[in-house]
Amino acid sequence: MSVTPLTAKQLTRKIIEKEALFILDVRNEDAYSDWKIEGEKVTSINIPYFDLLDGVEEVIKKLPADVPVVVVCAKEGSSIMIADMLAEEGQDVSYLQGGMKAWSEHLEPIKVGNLNDGGEIYQFVRIGKGCLSYMVVSQDEAALIDATRMTDVYIDFAAALGVKIKHVLDTHLHADHISGGLKIAQATGGTYWLPPKDAENVPFSYEPLEEGKNLSIGNTTISIQPLYSPGHTIGSTSFIVDQSFLLSGDILFVDSIGRPDLAGLAEDWVGDLRETLYSRYKALSSELIVLPAHFMIMDELNNDGSVSASLGDLFEHNHGLNIDNEEEFRKKVTAHLPPQPNAYQEIRELNMGKIQKDSEEQREMEIGPNRCAIR
Amino acid sequence: MIETNERLDAKGLACPMPIVKTKKAMNGLEPGQVLEVQATDKGSTADLKAWAESANHQYLGTVEEGEVLKHYLRKAGTDESLEKNHEPVASNEELKNKLGKEGILVLDVREKAEYAFNHIPESLSVPLGELDSKAESLDKEKEIYIVCRTGSRSDLAARKLTAAGFTKVINVVPGMSEWDGPTNSL
Repeated sequence: MSVTPLTAKQLTRKIIEKEALFILDVRNEDAYSDWKIEGEKVTSINIPYFDLLDGVEEVIKKLPADVPVVVVCAKEGSSIMIADMLAEEGQDVSYLQGGMKAWSEHLEPIKVGNLNDGGEIYQFVRIGKGCLSYMVVSQDEAALIDATRMTDVYIDFAAALGVKIKHVLDTHLHADHISGGLKIAQATGGTYWLPPKDAENVPFSYEPLEEGKNLSIGNTTISIQPLYSPGHTIGSTSFIVDQSFLLSGDILFVDSIGRPDLAGLAEDWVGDLRETLYSRYKALSSELIVLPAHFMIMDELNNDGSVSASLGDLFEHNHGLNIDNEEEFRKKVTAHLPPQPNAYQEIRELNMGKIQKDSEEQREMEIGPNRCAIR
Repeated sequence: MIETNERLDAKGLACPMPIVKTKKAMNGLEPGQVLEVQATDKGSTADLKAWAESANHQYLGTVEEGEVLKHYLRKAGTDESLEKNHEPVASNEELKNKLGKEGILVLDVREKAEYAFNHIPESLSVPLGELDSKAESLDKEKEIYIVCRTGSRSDLAARKLTAAGFTKVINVVPGMSEWDGPTNSL
């Protein structure tokens, strides 16, 4: 029987297309319970590879006959070993190339809309970690929002479209993932924009994102309007693109809202968060399509794998937008917060340019699930 | 440097090889013996810990020296099931109250590597296997409190010392596995 490698991209497509899959995750139990591959038609079990060194006969009994089996580990080495052992026992099996490391880094670009002048907006779904970044394209120019550290993906994508990256923006100082914004701006000659309140004393130069300042790309009317919306970090900013799309950063998600504590100031910022969500966003058109910087659960994915919803829908269905009592809201977002993201303090410092890490260290810092939201 | 019975070089090897080799090396050890595993794969710490737990071995600790991770593991022993015969016996609590007092000696008879990662301050390390040759140097006038992980090796040690003419020998039960008093490590 044969062993087939499966790339993170192939696995992503299978999950988006809701193909049934059976995942045998052979990492240790802590790693699995912290963070694993999920999907509507994905079933997974966890048996550490070191418990299978003496043979896989027992595991084979647990594998389904009619669903493809994928072996997954941290980097791929152990999954290849176990897949080989399974194949020797007559099981058809594949393994995830590059393991969870590759899974954490894969970005799937999906077009989420057309702009009025013929431009387009793309969402880059980082399916393994729940991060969403965006490329707005008009004529031969592009703007990039909340880019991850996998900078080549965006640069290559822009090159394939034949557009030049003119502006690179971060909605806020990220605490859960490492920003690729500055690096991309430097590589492409674009301008890097940050909210000044999140960027105090950074050692690099940037353009301050301030309310009322409009950016344009292409020759036409597309504008990006920074909308100051503190709450997750003091400088958090939202953008409205082409009067149709609300890029809400880490303030508002499809099924949850931002947490105010990742810079240690939950009590101070909860008022800002409420003001943003219940007054500023309320005043915007309910037709706006909300494009957040994260998703938390696979249920938030639309049928095409993208993550979006109209602002009107969210005011109806998102629990975080429907807590009338202010005191109850304060309790909800400051008490019982989920665990903080892996290495979030270091990630903040890295994003501020205050520390340097090599690529292997950056990878380690980002391991694990996204935890930016409160459901 | 921490003394061990065997050393395994798994430097430069990627997962799963450090664990595969460790498992093989453990098979060649006697119960209770200690293995040092040198690895450079960062994931090896979490995996060795988890593997040791599932295989009932004792994971003692890891020392980082530059790029190299030195892991210490003790093979599951048979000593924990031995009967305890020596009298008198003291509880951990009783020993805690005696610490710092005149005229006592805390003798730790676990392996050097176990002692290195976690031991009672001022305690003296003499692994059970070296006790016969070192008994001579111990002070017979002192009350000797003997500790190990669970009270079994220390029971054996207490009987050895008694046979060698020591009269004030007390076995501490259970010992380090449940010790919540002060400790030192590397």
